[in-house]
Amino acid sequence: MSQLLLVAILLALSAIAYQLGRRRALALDNVNGGRTRLHSRPSHYAVLTMLWCLFPPMLVFTVWSVVDTHVITGLLVQDLPAEFQMLPMAHLELVVNDIRNLAQGNIAAHADDPTIQAATGHYQQLLQINRFAKSVVMLLAATAGLAIGWRLISPHLRARVHTERIVNLFLISCAALAILTTIGILLSVLFEAMRFFQTVPVTSFLFGLEWSPQTALRDDQIGSSGAFGAVPLFAGTFLISAIAMMVAVPIGLLSAIYLAEYASRRLRSIAKPLLEILAGIPTVVYGFFAALTLAPLVRQISEAAGIEAASESALAAGLVMGIMIIPFVSSLSDDVITAVPQAMRDGSYAMGATHSETILRVIIPAALPGIVGSILLAVSRAIGETMIVVMAAGLSANLTANPFAAVTTVTVQIVTLLVGDQEFDSPKTLAAFALGLVLFLLTLTLNVIALYVVRKYREQYD
Amino acid sequence: MNTLSEDLLISRRIGLSISTEDLDAAEVAETNRDTVGDYTVFDPKITARDVNVFYGTKQAICGVNLDLGNYEVLAMIGPSGCGKSTFLRCLNRMNDTIAECRVSGKIHLDGENIYHQNIDEVLLRARVGMVFQKPNPFPKSIFENVAYGPRLHGMTRDIGTLWDIVESSLRKAALWDEVKDILEQPGTSLSGGQQQRLCIARAISINPEVILMDEPCSALDPISTAKIEQLIDELREHYSIAIVTHSMQQAARVSQRTAYFHLGDLIEVGATNQIFSDPLHPLTEAYISGRFG
Amino acid sequence: MTDSPSDNSHSVATETIRRSLARRYRQERHFRRWALSAVLAAASVVTLLFASIISNGYSAFQQTYIRLTIYFDPALISTPDSDPAADIPRVLITGDYQGLIKQSLRTRFPGIGKPREKRDLYALISPGAAYLIRDMLMERPDLVGSSKVLWVPADDDVDMLIKGHIRRDVREDERRLTDHQLAWIDQLISEGALKKRFNGAFFVHGDSRDPELAGIRGAAMGSLFTLGITLALSFPIGVAAAIYLEAFAPQNRWTDLIEVNINNLAAVPSIVFGLLGLAVFINFFGMPRSSPLVGGLVLTLMTLPTIIIASRAALKSVPPSIREAALAIGASPMQAMFHHSLPLAMPGMLTGSIIGMAQAMGESAPLLMIGMVAFVADIPQNLSDPSTVLPVQIYLWADSPERAFVERTSAAIMVLLGFLITMNGLAVVLRRRFERRW
Repeated sequence: MSQLLLVAILLALSAIAYQLGRRRALALDNVNGGRTRLHSRPSHYAVLTMLWCLFPPMLVFTVWSVVDTHVITGLLVQDLPAEFQMLPMAHLELVVNDIRNLAQGNIAAHADDPTIQAATGHYQQLLQINRFAKSVVMLLAATAGLAIGWRLISPHLRARVHTERIVNLFLISCAALAILTTIGILLSVLFEAMRFFQTVPVTSFLFGLEWSPQTALRDDQIGSSGAFGAVPLFAGTFLISAIAMMVAVPIGLLSAIYLAEYASRRLRSIAKPLLEILAGIPTVVYGFFAALTLAPLVRQISEAAGIEAASESALAAGLVMGIMIIPFVSSLSDDVITAVPQAMRDGSYAMGATHSETILRVIIPAALPGIVGSILLAVSRAIGETMIVVMAAGLSANLTANPFAAVTTVTVQIVTLLVGDQEFDSPKTLAAFALGLVLFLLTLTLNVIALYVVRKYREQYD
Repeated sequence: MNTLSEDLLISRRIGLSISTEDLDAAEVAETNRDTVGDYTVFDPKITARDVNVFYGTKQAICGVNLDLGNYEVLAMIGPSGCGKSTFLRCLNRMNDTIAECRVSGKIHLDGENIYHQNIDEVLLRARVGMVFQKPNPFPKSIFENVAYGPRLHGMTRDIGTLWDIVESSLRKAALWDEVKDILEQPGTSLSGGQQQRLCIARAISINPEVILMDEPCSALDPISTAKIEQLIDELREHYSIAIVTHSMQQAARVSQRTAYFHLGDLIEVGATNQIFSDPLHPLTEAYISGRFG
Repeated sequence: MTDSPSDNSHSVATETIRRSLARRYRQERHFRRWALSAVLAAASVVTLLFASIISNGYSAFQQTYIRLTIYFDPALISTPDSDPAADIPRVLITGDYQGLIKQSLRTRFPGIGKPREKRDLYALISPGAAYLIRDMLMERPDLVGSSKVLWVPADDDVDMLIKGHIRRDVREDERRLTDHQLAWIDQLISEGALKKRFNGAFFVHGDSRDPELAGIRGAAMGSLFTLGITLALSFPIGVAAAIYLEAFAPQNRWTDLIEVNINNLAAVPSIVFGLLGLAVFINFFGMPRSSPLVGGLVLTLMTLPTIIIASRAALKSVPPSIREAALAIGASPMQAMFHHSLPLAMPGMLTGSIIGMAQAMGESAPLLMIGMVAFVADIPQNLSDPSTVLPVQIYLWADSPERAFVERTSAAIMVLLGFLITMNGLAVVLRRRFERRW
C-alpha cells in the first residue's frame, strides 16, 4: 500500500470521525427536546472524535518506525545460514549492509553469491510484510480510536476543555521543537566530535599548524598519515571574513545612512524591497559569480599590478562574500537608524547642525549599539557562509595572511570531508563534525552577544 | 516621520477640534478672519507677515501676522490643532525638515527675511534656539550635551573655555548645582524636569538671540514645571522668548503678551493681562473661560 | 564671552559661526557624496552580477540543431533472428540508433573514408540524439522501415561555435573543432540544415553529462518535493509555536530560553543544519540518503525560526483589544485566538512563510551534507527517490569543465532567480495589500 494512499485513507477516516462526532453531539442535544445541555459546542465533540481517530495511528507509526529496522535485521540475521552467523559482529554487519544495498537495487559486493541472493529475497519479503502490517495496524488503530471517541460523547463530556488541552499540548511541543533542534545540533556534533578527539587530541586539533586530512588507506602507505591541525582553517576563515567585512561594513552602513537619511520617500520605497530581494539571492549564485567573473578579474588586475595571485585567491572569495553581506548589513543598519527617534534629529537641527553633523554626531552614536549588533550578526554569517567559499576559495590549507594566496575555510573543509564517498568512523569524516562543533560554538557566541546588544538597544527606544 | 510633535500631527487633521455645537462663535470666526488687537510691537525682534503654511494640500496656518519683541515672552495659546506649534516651527525653519510642508509669507529676524534664499538655516537656527515638547537630550553625557553646540559651531578651541560655556549655560538653566558632580553621566539618566532644563542649557550654550519653546512643560510634573517657569522669567533678561503652551495659567504667569490661535487663524493678540481679564473676541473668551479646548 | 550677553556678544558668535559655514557645508557635501557613492557601488556590483549572469545565460535558452534525413533501417533496429511482431518494445530498446545517425551522416557527406574523419563527422551530433530517436520509435513503432526528416541536437562544441564561444581563428590543434568539421558545419549552415532553435530540452530533461542534453526538470522536481515537505511541516509548526509563545506561554525562564534559542537558530550557519540532518535523519533514523524527504526535514528545521519570528510579529501587531473583546463575550482564550487574532495575523504569517520558503529554495549547503549532490539523471518520482535541487544543480554544473555548462549554469540561475524574485515580490505585494495600521 503506498504511503500516499494510507495518508489519504487516514484523512478520510478523520473527516468521517468529525462528521460522526458532530452528528452524535447534535442528536444528544435534541434527544430531550433540548433539555440536556451539552457542556460544549457540537464542533468541539467533533474535533475531539477526530483527534481520537488520528492520534492512535500516529503513535503506532512512530513506535513502529523506531522499532522495525532492528526487528527486521534481527529476523534477517536469524534466518541466515549458520556459517554467516558464526562471523564476527563487524563482518556480519557488512553482509547485512550488502543485502540492504542489493534490495534497494544498488550494486554491492557478493551480488552473485546465491545465499546472499536468497537472503535478499527474504529481506525484500520481510520489508513488504512489514509495510503491509504497519498500514493495517495503523488503520485498525484509527478505527478503534474513532469508535472509542464516538462512544465517549455524552452531555457531561467536557469536550472543549479536552480539545483545548490537546491543542495546547500540540502548541507546546511545536515551540519546544526549537529547543530540540538546538539540542539535536549540539548532541550530533558533540557526539561525533568526541569520537574524533579520541583519535586526535583536542590540543593538536585546535592549535596544530598543519591540515592534511588524507589518512592512509593501508598501514604501509607513506606520507599520508593525516594531520588535523585546524589553525590554517581558522586563519583562512578569518582572512576571508575580514575581507568581506571590509567591503560590506562601509558600503552597507553608508548606503543604509543614505537610504534612511537622504533618499526621497520614493527612492526608499523602491530600494527597501529591492534590498530584501537582494538579500534573498542564493549564495550559490554569488559563488558562481565569484568563480566565473570576479576571480579572473582579480587575477588579471593583480597580475597587471605585478602581484602573483592564485586563481582561487582569498581576495576574490572575500570580495564576493562582502557583496553578499552588503544588503544584510544595510537592511539591519537601516532598521536601527530609523529607530532613532525623530526628536534626536530635531534637537540637533534646532542647534544649527547640518545634516551630516546630525548623522555623525547624534544619530550614529545613538544607533551604535544596534549597528555593532548587526555587524556581529554579519560576521557570524560570513564565518558560516559555505557555498561562496566552496566555489571560489581553494582547498589547500595555507597558513598565510596574503589575500592573493589561496586559503581554505572551516566550511569548505566540512563540505570536502563529507561530500562524496565517505567511510564512516574514519577520523577524516569525524573531523568534519569537530569542525562543525567549532563553527557552531563560535557563531553561537557571536549571535548571542549580537542579539543581546540589539535587544538592549531596542528596549532603550521603545 | 513618526515622531513629529503631537500637536503637529493633529494639525494635519484640521477640523477635529471644534466640538461645541452650541458655540455660535465658531461661525463668527469663519466670517471674521481679521485679528483682534495690535500684533505689532515697538521694538520687534521677529516680524511675521501673512504667513501661510500648508501640509500637502491642507492649510495649517492662514495669513498670520505677529511680532515678537526684544526681551519679551510671547505666549501662544489655543486648542489642539490650532497651528500654534506649526507657527513656532516656522520661526527657525524647522518645518523645512518635513518634506511636504510649504511656507509662504514673510518672516523677518532683525529686518532680514529668514525665508530668503540667501539666508543660511544653520546660522538661523544658531540664532533662534528651540526647546521641544518632550525633553530630547542626546544619548551622550551631560557635559557633551551642552558642549554639542559650541563644538559644532567651532565657538571655542580650548577645553577651558568650553568648560566655562558649559558651566555658565547650566547655571543659567538652574541645573548646575544638581549636576555639577555627575557631568559625565548620560543626559538620559536625569529626571524629566532636569532633562528639560538640560535641553534649555543646550539651547542657550550657543548664545542664541531668540528661544522658541514648544510646550516645554507638558511632559513634566508640577514642581518641575514651576522651576522651568521661573527659569523662563529669568531668561527674559537676555533673550526673546516665544512659548507655545496648553496651560492658560502658565501663559498668564510667564508671558507679557499672549496670542490666541484658532484653526490656523490668529484670533486675538494683546497684553497678557488684557487677554485674560478682558478678551475682545468671543472665541478667545470662550477658550479662556474653558468652554472648549 | 561675557556672562551678560549684549548685542555685541551675539554678533561675535554669529560671526564665528558664519566663518565656519563654508567648511561645514563642504563636509556636508563630501559626506553626502560618500554615502551616495556607497549606494552606487552596491548598485553597480549588483548590476555587474546580473549582467554577467544574464549575458552568459540567455543563450542557453537556444540550442543548435542539425537537420538529418534518417532512414529507420529495420536491419539496425531489430536483429534478424527476433520476431518484430512479438515483442516490439523489447526489440526496439536494443536497436543501434547510433548506427542510424551514422548512416544518415554518411549519406549526407559521401566520400569520407578515413576512420578518423568519420569519427569527427559523427562527433557533430550529440550522443544523446540516439536516445531521442529511440524514444520516438518506442512511441510509434510503425515508423520502422520509413524515412523521416528530423532536427537532432548538435554536439555542445558545435553549439558553442555557433554561439561564438569557440573562435575559428586559433590554430587547429588548439581548437576543439577540426578544420574538416568547420567545413561541414559551414556547408550545413548554407543549406539551412543547421539552426538555433528554442532549447525545450533544457526544461524537460534531467541532468546529463552532455550539456546539450542536460535539463533542469529533475532538479526542479527535486526542489518541488523538498519544498513541499518543508512547507507542509514548517508552516503549521511555525504558526503553532508562534501562537504558543505569543499567547499561551507563561512568562518564565523557559519561555525566555526558547525565545533566545529561536533567534539564535535563525542565525546558525545553514551547513550546521546539514550536519544535524546527516547525523540524526540519515545515520540515526536510517532515512534514505539524497532524498527530498530528508532534504525537506532539514530545510524545515532551518526555516522554522524565520517563520516563527515572522508569525510572532504578525500576532503582536494585532491589537489586544480584539482579543479582549472576544474574551469579554465569553470565548475561551483558545477560541479568541483561533477565531479572531489568528485570521487577522494570517497575511503577516503568510508573508513571513513565503520569505522563509524562498530562503529554503535557494539553500544548498545543508543539502550537500545529506548527499543531494549525487549525479541524478532520472527525474525523481517520489519523496524517497534520490534527487537534487535547483541550487545544488547549479553548483554541480558550475563545477563542470565544459564551456557549454557555463551558459546552462547561468540559465539555471536565471530560472531560480525568477522563482525567488516572484516569491519575494509576492511577499512584498501581500504585505502592502494587507498592511494595516491599528
